[in-house]
Amino acid sequence: MTGIRSIDEIGVDELHGRSTTLLDAGHRLATVVAHDDGDFLRVVYVFTMGPPDVRHELVVRLNATSPVVPSLSDLSFVASRFERELHDTFGIVPAGHPFVRPLVRHQHWPERWYPLRRDAGPMPAMRDDSAPYPFIEVQGAGVYEIPVGPVHAGLIEPGHFRFSVVGETILKMTARLWYVHRGIERMLQGADVASGLQIAERISGDTAVGHSLAYCMAVEEARGLVVSDDALVLRAVLLEMERLYNHVADVGALCNDVSFGVADARASVIREQLLRLNESVTGHRFLRGAISVGATSVKRLPSRSELLDVAEQFEALVRLATSNSVVVDRFEGTAVLSAKDALAIGTLGVVARASGLAIDARAQHPFLASPSPFEPVIHQAGDVMARFDQRVGEVRASLQLVEHFCTMATPLAGSSEVVTPALGSGLGLVEGWRGTIVHRVELDRDGMISRGRVVDPSFHNWPALSIALADTIVPDFPLANKSFNLSYAGNDL
Amino acid sequence: MTSSFTATLAYSMPASALQIVLVALGGPLLLGLMAKIRARAEGRVGAPISQPLKDIRKLLSKERLHARHASVVLPLAPIVILAATAVAIGIAPLITTHPALGASADILVIVYLLLTGSVAGALAGLDTGTAFGGMGASRAMTIGALAEPALLVAVIALSIQAGTSNLPAIVSSTLAHPNWVSGPSRLLALVALVIVIIAETGRLPVDNPATHLELTMIHEAMILEYAGPELALVTLGGAMRLGLLFSLVANLFFPWGIGSNGSLVGLLVGVLALALKTSVIAVGVSLIEIHSAKLRLFRLPELLAGAFVMSVLAVITGLVTR
Repeated sequence: MTGIRSIDEIGVDELHGRSTTLLDAGHRLATVVAHDDGDFLRVVYVFTMGPPDVRHELVVRLNATSPVVPSLSDLSFVASRFERELHDTFGIVPAGHPFVRPLVRHQHWPERWYPLRRDAGPMPAMRDDSAPYPFIEVQGAGVYEIPVGPVHAGLIEPGHFRFSVVGETILKMTARLWYVHRGIERMLQGADVASGLQIAERISGDTAVGHSLAYCMAVEEARGLVVSDDALVLRAVLLEMERLYNHVADVGALCNDVSFGVADARASVIREQLLRLNESVTGHRFLRGAISVGATSVKRLPSRSELLDVAEQFEALVRLATSNSVVVDRFEGTAVLSAKDALAIGTLGVVARASGLAIDARAQHPFLASPSPFEPVIHQAGDVMARFDQRVGEVRASLQLVEHFCTMATPLAGSSEVVTPALGSGLGLVEGWRGTIVHRVELDRDGMISRGRVVDPSFHNWPALSIALADTIVPDFPLANKSFNLSYAGNDL
Repeated sequence: MTSSFTATLAYSMPASALQIVLVALGGPLLLGLMAKIRARAEGRVGAPISQPLKDIRKLLSKERLHARHASVVLPLAPIVILAATAVAIGIAPLITTHPALGASADILVIVYLLLTGSVAGALAGLDTGTAFGGMGASRAMTIGALAEPALLVAVIALSIQAGTSNLPAIVSSTLAHPNWVSGPSRLLALVALVIVIIAETGRLPVDNPATHLELTMIHEAMILEYAGPELALVTLGGAMRLGLLFSLVANLFFPWGIGSNGSLVGLLVGVLALALKTSVIAVGVSLIEIHSAKLRLFRLPELLAGAFVMSVLAVITGLVTR
């Protein structure tokens, strides 16, 4: 049911022109994957659009000793960041890129060590050369810097934020991430398909279904497996269940960040209820283990009364939060991300939809045949309130979807059969609860993973946070950050 | 002269000492009570009410640690905070209308003793040179500067009726004229004072004492660099300040129960009355906290300006109805 992927091997000099055509036609650059094929480096640019589901791959080959690609940074901001990543991990130089500063690479990585190259060898000793990261310094009277992190109070992941501030107003915020870089893509290289699934499930703890599903879809395409409708329906149920518990937690967390603790306490109760439901459905509170390559199985399906109970409590929670005028005042007009900026940065998921962009892989790249096309929930304002409302709307929609699927899905397991030719490479596009997750997998002749590429929506949404913060005040940053709620682990890989 | 001196020695001095001990124990207990009420509202059991006292004892037994670049201000500030607050508690009419140095317990003296503590805290926040300390100090001083006029004008409203700005005298004359309490001037001043006290003690909707989000902090950001015994002193100072402010509201607006005749029984009744009255206020403030969220920092001037307007109205109605 997934879209047909076209693969075009082109010359390096054609890349810029072909990319311009595709981007102008409304495609988005979903991922850029480099492969070390020994004598040369092969870079695959994946463009996607939908509906109808379209996937184009442009492939260029580069000299392995001095790899240079023409930069697409003048066409796409997303491309400029992928190019910085390729520069750090493969040593591919983007010719014409305005500012090739490190993205993945922290200062303790040795110079000219490219971890995803085949000859990278074991990890060399890390050393701190004390070279500061080149933050852009805002100058002017009364401008001062607030460095925050990478270690934060509370139970959150590490990231360094550098604020340039006048009084309480934020002029510029730069996020320095990749503190939880674990080398996921390097781990995938040479792994067998089953271990790859274990890794994919653990990329971001709260997105086990999203990442494992995208991974499995990529592997299935590479092997030519076609999954039965029963399994697809179960996958859709699991994907929405993951969305539910995360969005409910976020609704509460947003209230907590304006110190409305009572609402957060109520949300925690609902979340716990959903986690227990997850456990009874899959045997795991965070839904691990139900999805595997070519198959999906659950222990049972959520019942109608369980879903109704959650819906009732959730509506009470929303009433409690939105009837508090202070909460609404804090949410409204805070950290506005305009549709224009959201589109230019290439934001995805909840953040994009709250700014009025109808970007949703469930509509653009559906894996399930459906008589009526999926209509994503959309809000226009782009402020914290819109992102709150967006999550509320998606919880309601997900509850209905789960109920709908559960009436459809009677068998508790579904499998697959080989019908299409094995391509050796596959692409998985899944709307995880944060946004569109992209996995691209290549298998070698023995069926082992030769290259696994992961893009979490957080990678695209992090820069949007900085833009939304312009003219926001410092004490509103935690609220703005929570309203994006991006994954550090998913971004850092 | 001699008899008043004897009275001071035999009654006022011990009574003042008792007040300080009482608030030093009672302030943390009030914090514990408020935390307990919040916990229950959120469906949690919550820590015992005595938890803040236990925390202070725990902190006191820890080693002293100072930020490397801090000057003498950092270790001195907790002592200044505690001393200024203790003096204010000693001379204020909390369990008796005859505390030691009662004649100097002018409302302005109390306000500026508390301000001394605030300034010491803000200087300590700046002393470490961290971004958070400076941010907290700047915010605390901004709020202090906005709250202070409202506070002063509110107490002027009280002193108009009593014809004096001496606190024990205001409390005594309120006892003599119970009908003052229900007058419009008093009620307006009460509302203004409650808002100011919420701001001054860093409670919601102004500041969230329980938050872990450094960037939103006001008071907590100032004291981030404190650890061990000095953190204990700062925490105790904050709790005593809260106890004093709650007690003042209690006695200025509902003075009954306070010891006014110089007897030991009167003192004991005063202690019980104070505990009861401040607990009621703590419950009230907790309920406000539970039902409110934290205001946007730039909305705080509006809230405090509202308090100021109410205290001005209190003065005007006080003058008109005199």
